Amino acid sequence: MKQKLVIIGNGMAPGRMLEHLFDMDPEAFDVTIFNAEPRVNYNRLMLSPVLSGEKTYSDIITHDDGWYDDHGVTLHKSARVSTIDREAKKVTAENGVTADYDKLVIATGSLPIMIPLPGHTLDGVLVYRDLDDVDKMLKAARTGGRAVVIGGGLLGLEAAAGLREQGMEVSVLHLMPTLMERQLDPTAGHLLEDAIADRDIEVITEANTEKILEKDGKVAGVLLDDGREIEATIVVMAVGIRPSTALAASADIECNRGIVVGDDMRTSDPDIYALGECSEHRGLCYGLVAPLYEMAKVLSENLLGGRAEYNGSVTATKLKVTGIDLYSAGDFADDEDREEIVLRDGMAGIYKRLVLKDNRIIGAVLYGETSDGPWFFDLLKKQTDIAPMRDTLIFGQAYQGGAPLDPTAAVAALPDDAEICGCNGICKSQITTAITEKGLTSLDGVRAHTKASSSCGTCTGLVEQLLTVTLGDGYKPSAVTPVCGCTDLGHDDVRHLIRAKSLKTLPAVMQALEWKTSCGCAKCRPALNYYLVSEWPGEYADDYQSRFINERVHANIQKDGTYSVVPRMWGGITSAAELRKIADVVDKFDIPTVKVTGGQRIDMLGVRKEDLPAIWADLGEAGFVSGHAYAKGLRTVKTCVGTDWCRFGTQDSTGLGIRIEKFMWGAWTPAKVKMAVSGCPRNCSEATCKDVGVICVDSGFDIHFAGAAGLDIKGTEVLGHVKTEDEALEHIVALTQMYREQGHYLERIYKWAKRIGLDEIRRQIMEDIDARQGYFDRFVFSQKFAQVDPWSERVSGKDKHEFMPMSDLTLEAAE
Amino acid sequence: MKATTANWILVGRLSDIPKRGARRVKNGEVTIAVFRTAEDRIFALEDRCPHKQGPLSQGIIHGDCVTCPLHNWVFSLETGEAQGADEGRITSFPVKLDGDDIHLDLNFLSDMRKSA
Repeated sequence: MKQKLVIIGNGMAPGRMLEHLFDMDPEAFDVTIFNAEPRVNYNRLMLSPVLSGEKTYSDIITHDDGWYDDHGVTLHKSARVSTIDREAKKVTAENGVTADYDKLVIATGSLPIMIPLPGHTLDGVLVYRDLDDVDKMLKAARTGGRAVVIGGGLLGLEAAAGLREQGMEVSVLHLMPTLMERQLDPTAGHLLEDAIADRDIEVITEANTEKILEKDGKVAGVLLDDGREIEATIVVMAVGIRPSTALAASADIECNRGIVVGDDMRTSDPDIYALGECSEHRGLCYGLVAPLYEMAKVLSENLLGGRAEYNGSVTATKLKVTGIDLYSAGDFADDEDREEIVLRDGMAGIYKRLVLKDNRIIGAVLYGETSDGPWFFDLLKKQTDIAPMRDTLIFGQAYQGGAPLDPTAAVAALPDDAEICGCNGICKSQITTAITEKGLTSLDGVRAHTKASSSCGTCTGLVEQLLTVTLGDGYKPSAVTPVCGCTDLGHDDVRHLIRAKSLKTLPAVMQALEWKTSCGCAKCRPALNYYLVSEWPGEYADDYQSRFINERVHANIQKDGTYSVVPRMWGGITSAAELRKIADVVDKFDIPTVKVTGGQRIDMLGVRKEDLPAIWADLGEAGFVSGHAYAKGLRTVKTCVGTDWCRFGTQDSTGLGIRIEKFMWGAWTPAKVKMAVSGCPRNCSEATCKDVGVICVDSGFDIHFAGAAGLDIKGTEVLGHVKTEDEALEHIVALTQMYREQGHYLERIYKWAKRIGLDEIRRQIMEDIDARQGYFDRFVFSQKFAQVDPWSERVSGKDKHEFMPMSDLTLEAAE
Repeated sequence: MKATTANWILVGRLSDIPKRGARRVKNGEVTIAVFRTAEDRIFALEDRCPHKQGPLSQGIIHGDCVTCPLHNWVFSLETGEAQGADEGRITSFPVKLDGDDIHLDLNFLSDMRKSA
C-alpha cells in the first residue's frame, strides 16, 4: 500500500519539494496538502510586481488546480491545521478535515512581525506577506491618501514602491540610520535612499514610531517619539518575519526560533520533517528562496529513502524595485583583518564594494550596476584566491585577462558550475546542456526545461546571454512581438504599463513608454486608444483622430469611398414600421443596394458620406439606433424564435438575445464580438461558431465561447452551464469584460482564449465568484459612458466636419 | 501644365480641420484632401490613392504621413510618395497658411483641370 504523505502549508518550498518528488517517483506517496490560504501555489517573490500592477495573480501561479489533479494530490484550501496528534499520526484542521499520515512535512512558513504599538489592531494596519495583504493594499490604494510603511528593508521598500506606483503618497519609516542595513553598507544605503526619494517616496530614518493614531476606529496616522505626526490612511508593517512554529510547538516538537531540523531536514520526531522558512537549521532561519529550494531538494530525496544532507546556504539579495539595481551578498561589516576595494562613480550613480579577507571575497555590495554580481558571488562561494587579479577585480569579469568588452564574453567565460539562477540553484552547464540537447531557442523554453529565470526573473539577462553564446545568431531575443515599429513593447506590456503608471492620455503613453515616433502610426494609435478607453472609462477622452474611419463616422467605408448603414435590430426582430422606414430612406436617398446580413440585420450600401447624418435622422424617427456594424465592439446577437413560436424551443432565446444586446451594446472591445442564442440544441442561430453563444436546454443555458467562422473555422468551447437567464447574462458580461481587459487589439476572442488558456477563463468566470463579480461591475461602470447612440449625437451636430466638405470650388471656378 | 501666377483662394480655416485630421475640398471631378498635422503643418493632396482610389482624407494621420483607409498604403504628406514597399505618388497642390486662413492656388487647379 502507498504511504501517506501529509504536508501542512502550500508555499514555494513544499511546491518545489513535490516537483522533485514526482520527478523521481510519482507513485511513492498519496499526498495531501493543507493550505491555510484559499488558493493554489503561487510565486511569492512576485507579490511586489502584483502590487505595482506590472503583473496579475494569474501571472504568478506556479501550480494551477490542474496540476494537483494530474498528480493525484488532495489539496484542502482554506484549511488551517490546528492539531497534530503524533500518537495517532493524524492532523486535524480548524474546519474539521482530518488526515492520517505516515510522513508529515511541516511547511508553515513564517509570520510577519507585528510590533505591538498602541493602535496596531486598528482597521488599516496591514502587513505584507501574502496575496490577501496585496489585495488589501490595492483596495486601500484606490481611495488614494498616504501610506506609511514601517520598515526600510527589502520588503518594506518593495511595498513602498508598489504603493507609490498605485498612486498613493508614501512615507517609509526606518528605525536605523540607513536603509537595508542588514544587506547594505551605509554608503549604498544612502544611494538607495536618494533613489527612493527620487520616486517621490519620503524616507525618514532613525524614526521610532510611538503609536498609531486613530480616527473613527480607523488609522489616521502615526506619531513618532520625537513628536512628529504623519497622516496616513494605511500603515504597512514590514519589519521582518519570524518562523511560524506554534503548531509544531503545540505538538511538543523541538522548537527554538524555528522548528529545529537536522541536516536530513528531520525534526525531533523521526516521521516529521520541517521545510522552508519555519525551520531552523544549525541555528539559522532563512527567508530567501534559494536556501528553501535547496532544502526542498534534500527533503524530497530523504522522503524516498535517500541520505541527502543540507549544509546551510550563503545567500545573495536583489532588490526587486524596477529601475533600482542593487545586489548584496555575504558579510561586509568592518573588521581589523578585513580589506576592501571600493569603486565609486557619482555621476553614473555606481557604487561597488568588495570585502576581502585573506585574498578571498567574503562580502559584495553592488549598486547601480549589478551585472557582475553572480561572478563575485561565485568567487565568494568557492573562496577563490583573487590575488592574481586583485588590481582589476572591482571592474568585473569582463576586465580579467584582457578579455574583450563583448557583453556576452563575461557569461561565456563563466565556469560551467557557476550559478546563474540563484532562486532555483541552476548553474551554467545545466542551462547550456538543456539548450543543446533539447534544441531550445527561447527564454520560455529554458524556463520550462530548467526553471532558470522562472522565479524572481532577475537573471533573465544572463539566461538570454547564455542563449546567445550557445546559439549564436540562432537566438532571436525579442520573443515578444512589438505592437508596431514605434515601440519594442508588446501589447501585454503596454496594457500593464498603462495600468501600472496610470497613463491616461495618448501623449502620456508615448512619452512614458518612449515611443520612437512623434505621434505613433495607424497601427498603434487605434490600439492605444482602445486600451485607454477600456482602462479609464469616464476619464479618458476618446481620441477620434486615432480611430479607423469606420468608427470615426459610424458607418462602413466601401471600396468606392461610399458608406454602408446598418441600423440595430435587437436580436434580429423587426416590425412593419421599421421596414417601412427603411424602404422610405432607401427611396429618398437613392440607395443602390439593400442586403440582409449574416447577423440578421439589414444593410444599406452605397450611401454618400454627406447623406449620413440625414439618413440617421430619418431612421431615428422609427426608433433606430446605430447597429455598430463597423465597430470593434458588440455587433449582433443572432437569435432563433425559441419558446415564442418554435415547437422545440426550451427557453425564450429571442428574449435573452435581446436582453444581452440591450445590456451590452456600445461596449468597445479589442476586436468585433458576435453572439447568438439558440433555443434548443438544434442550434438554428448557429451559436457554436460565435465569439459567445448560448444553447438553451431544458435545465437552463449552456454558455459557449471562442468560436470562429471567418479566416479560421472553429467550433466553440463550453464555458459552463447556468440555470437562469440572469446568470447567463452575468457570466457572458463577465467573460466579455475579461476579454476587454486582457485582449490584444484586433485579437478575436478565440485567439485571446488560446493565449490565456480555457481552464483559466473557466476558473475565473465559472468558479471564482469574486472575480466574476469584479468583471461584471467594471463592465457595468464602463457602460455608463459607452451607451450613447452615436447616430443621434451626430444628427444633433457632433463632428459635423467629418461629413461635409470644407468647401466646394466647383461653382467658384465656373464663375 | 503651364506656369501662371498664383491665384490664392481661401478654402477654409485652420480650425475647421482637427489636428491629425483632414477635410475635403471639392473642385469639379477632383477632390483635394487638406491635411493638418499634430504640429499644425498644412498639406494638400489629391484625395485619391494611386492603388485603388481610396479617399486619403479618411485615413489616419501620423507624423507627416497618412495611411489610406482601404488597404493601409502609407504616403508622405510632404512629397506625396508612397512609403515602404509600395510604389506610387499622389499629386500634391500648393497650399498656404496665412494666419488662420488656408489658401489653395486656383490657377494651379484650373491648369490641372485643363490638362486633365
